[in-house]
Amino acid sequence: MKITTEEVKYVANLARLNVTDEEAETLRAQMADIITFADALSEIDTAGIEPTNHAIKVENVLRSDTVKKSYDRDELLKNAPAKQAGCYTVPRIVE
Amino acid sequence: MDLCKLTAHESMDLLAKKEVTSQELTRAVIERIESVDKQVESYITNTFDYAMETAKAVDAKIAAGEKLAPLEGVPMAIKDNICTKDITTTCASKMLENFVPPYDAFVAKKVKAVGAPILGKLNMDEFAMGSSTETSYFKKTKNPYDLTRVPGGSSGGSAAAVSADLAMYALGSDTGGSIRQPASFCGVVGLKPTYGLVSRFGLVAFASSLDQIGPLAKDVTDAALVMNLIAGHDEMDSTSLNVPETDYTSELGQDIKGLRIGVPEEYLGEGIDEDVKTRIQDAIKVYEGLGARVSYFSMRMSKYALPAYYIISSAEASSNLARYDGVKYGFRAEGFEDLLDMYKKTRSEGFGSEVKRRIMLGTYALSSGYYDAYYKKAQQVRTIIKNDFDAAFANYDVVLTPTSPITSFKIGEKTTDPMQMYLADICTVSINIAGLPAVSIPCGFDKNNLPVGLQLIGDSFAEKTILKAAYAYEKATGFSGVRPSL
Amino acid sequence: MDYKDYEVIIGLEVHAELSTKTKAFCGCTTEFGGDVNTHCCPICTGMPGTLPVLNRKVVEYAIKAGLATNCEITRYGKQDRKNYFYPDLPKAYQISQFDLPLCVGGHVDIETENGKKSIGLTRIHIEEDAGKLLHDVIPGKSLVDFNRCGVPLIEIVSEPDMRSAEEAKAFLEELKSILECLEVSDCKMQEGSLRCDINVSVRPFGQKEYNTRTEMKNVSSFSAAYRAIQYEAKRQIEEMEEGRAVKQQTLRWSDEDGENYALRSKEDAHDYRYFPEPDLVPIVVTDDMIESIRALIPELPSAKRARFVSEYGITDYEAGLISASKSMSAYFEACAKLGAKPKTVANWLLGDIARLINEKNIEFADMKITPEALVAFIALIEKGTISNTAGKKVIEIMFETQKAPDVIVKEEGLEQVNDEGALRKIVEEVLANNQKSVDDYRGGKKNAIGYLVGQTMRLSKGKANPQTMNALLKEYLDAME
Repeated sequence: MKITTEEVKYVANLARLNVTDEEAETLRAQMADIITFADALSEIDTAGIEPTNHAIKVENVLRSDTVKKSYDRDELLKNAPAKQAGCYTVPRIVE
Repeated sequence: MDLCKLTAHESMDLLAKKEVTSQELTRAVIERIESVDKQVESYITNTFDYAMETAKAVDAKIAAGEKLAPLEGVPMAIKDNICTKDITTTCASKMLENFVPPYDAFVAKKVKAVGAPILGKLNMDEFAMGSSTETSYFKKTKNPYDLTRVPGGSSGGSAAAVSADLAMYALGSDTGGSIRQPASFCGVVGLKPTYGLVSRFGLVAFASSLDQIGPLAKDVTDAALVMNLIAGHDEMDSTSLNVPETDYTSELGQDIKGLRIGVPEEYLGEGIDEDVKTRIQDAIKVYEGLGARVSYFSMRMSKYALPAYYIISSAEASSNLARYDGVKYGFRAEGFEDLLDMYKKTRSEGFGSEVKRRIMLGTYALSSGYYDAYYKKAQQVRTIIKNDFDAAFANYDVVLTPTSPITSFKIGEKTTDPMQMYLADICTVSINIAGLPAVSIPCGFDKNNLPVGLQLIGDSFAEKTILKAAYAYEKATGFSGVRPSL
Repeated sequence: MDYKDYEVIIGLEVHAELSTKTKAFCGCTTEFGGDVNTHCCPICTGMPGTLPVLNRKVVEYAIKAGLATNCEITRYGKQDRKNYFYPDLPKAYQISQFDLPLCVGGHVDIETENGKKSIGLTRIHIEEDAGKLLHDVIPGKSLVDFNRCGVPLIEIVSEPDMRSAEEAKAFLEELKSILECLEVSDCKMQEGSLRCDINVSVRPFGQKEYNTRTEMKNVSSFSAAYRAIQYEAKRQIEEMEEGRAVKQQTLRWSDEDGENYALRSKEDAHDYRYFPEPDLVPIVVTDDMIESIRALIPELPSAKRARFVSEYGITDYEAGLISASKSMSAYFEACAKLGAKPKTVANWLLGDIARLINEKNIEFADMKITPEALVAFIALIEKGTISNTAGKKVIEIMFETQKAPDVIVKEEGLEQVNDEGALRKIVEEVLANNQKSVDDYRGGKKNAIGYLVGQTMRLSKGKANPQTMNALLKEYLDAME
């Protein structure tokens, strides 16, 4: 499948990455290589074959509804690049 | 006696006999790191004080006449994508340069609980994406056999450290070969366990359905001992299996007469280096000499494993790495205009190019219109590959292949063409796709005197079988005892 | 064309926070309130390497809700990641269910002025709530609080079966009463535990295909939903009348402004890149699980309503209002058990008490008058200790202060006056001061006596017995003949 620089830019925005026009072109070429390689998969007839999401069969792993102590807030926030008033902060969002 | 050259089980024996102390062992390895790691560059973070304190506590136990647990007091190190409480865990990324987890990974807890002196955190490809450890934000680890070459990846720091006697053993992680391929490049033993055998809690996720933690060790016995330490059910990981406690050393030394070994022809065909092929064929002869029944068979679908792997792993990675957005932890860019700009600048500046490439590929494969053609298709191919292995294990106890189609390459040689780098994983990825265990063991050297690795693949939970086969080969050849002359 | 020529099509996506003790995927408490970021851990704040483990109760509650709304329970369910970036979503994906939700099909039956109707349900799935953003604490910044992050939700998706704001409101009310009755959600709208997204489109009657719809996000009260639908339907009809196409967009309803605002359109808003959550394993539901959950389902509001009519002799309308609320139903039955006349209890519950609750904007469950107190209060009226008029005052004070009714009656001096001499004095005074009404009565306008009774009550400050007053007035007036 072909990939265009417009698609590269669309995907970059979805992934919240900046790409310059030059980077978009490089990425387009590299992604095209990999995608062409992946297109080999289309040679295989997979009709009626269930996809495998987990390599090992495990079902119904559920925990009991028992409260555990939450973390100390300072401990949780210690890695935050910006914090104030016990919260993580981000630039003001206009909704 | 050069203490740092000991294997873990040799160290255990000496500790038990009170011929050495844990502090002597630990100090010997620290001194080795201080003299040699300037060249190898395998460590990102040193925790020597912690290691010495732990060793001291272990020695106090010995002095008090207490019996030590296996691996207690034996100095080791951990790949830097495994969370360690109060010790920086960077994933070799600018994004997590200053990230200090407030919790321990399941395996880190196990290691601490047993009283293992932790020497530090080991270099790797950024977020474990790569096959050469060259994508690390911090440094390029060198292959101890040739400092101009890569140690493999992504657990390149772990493999190089064990190979160069900079740790008695190390923990790594394997998503598509990230333990086995560097083990092969550096001439050490590396085991990727059955998916679910070792808890992933605290392992910074790359591709959740493929990631497994495992040991890199100086020999097969050490690998089995480390498995005894880290395997086990964890209720914090939904994919952790509740299997009975197992002694992975219990079958080491058993006779392998009659062991059925299958060799898939595709893994000795096109694209495999001639020297590698020769070494593998030598190894097959060794096995025949030991009484194993070796036969060749075909796994025609194996060529689809690599594209399926790159789709699945990149798709999961694109989602797993979305959380690095400059809000809760890690790097945040400066000089942004608004939230969207902050996100984009943070992620563009915080991630290296290989990580960004995989995020892009994975986002593309999941985006609307392409899901069925790529992600779903790859998961269906996964079913087919699993079925292929199931069929193989109906006939064979062990499947034998090279670990890597090539031996270590020059630093910088493959960084310009991502596809060339991806092809280095061709022998290892199908094992992750099928969730199976596999071990890489040293099987001699190529014309440049670089190690070649032999991969033994087992059915789910057949770790003991492949370890038994690996041990028999190791005893017959002695390749695991060879160390680089560094 | 006219508004009457258009049909309004409404579909709802209702989010109900489940009343589990812990979050969906970690052991943090779901308790409401609490200082910011104190009900959090590395798992619900999405720290690297952490993994989710599903709360068993989440599965049980979702299945319970599905069974009570006539859904089919999926035997093989899985969870998926819905990927998007927003600061209230720490993993940058929400764990939800995409193609294999726990419950499918089903219906909720409603009743409006236009009669009974069955509203189809597409599905019920489980997912996790996001955190909360605070925009007005620090200038120029938005603050992120993850206390609500990871609280389990069920999303109930209806078919586009509703045709008016009334039907949508009735659907929401019925659904709320079912969820409350099941005790799977406390449905406290003030705390955001029940909220809905509303899809609205309009089309000329007779047209088969649907027109473009708009979505109004996060509407958090039934009356707001009602107003939002009316507003949006009108707006769309006007657009069409003026020959403009209705744009597909996401809107935010502002109940204060009575207006919709378009959310900043994000071109990628709908490319969520759903894929199976690799950190969680399939949910396999067996017959045994379903039957054991079915056994836990209590009498549902519709059944209760019918029983209240037959067992307590209240009207279907009254029974409908009472049975819709689990707490009011229990309260009503407790009063009846204590010996109060059910009809009288219903009158007070749906009259003065409902009015007070409305004025104070609280939930019935938070109302402070105990069933014992209400029964004692009713007894005071029945015994003639206080009049109905004085009763209205007493109930108000009970509502505010939780004092016992007899104490209030004493403190306020509200005992009914039954002393005939005193009453006769009042009657005489009223008759002397209201000659016009007396003349009217005597001229044949017998209704005029009502006014006179009112005056005696006023003069007695509500303490007179109205029946006695009526009789005495008649006696005096008739004696004047």
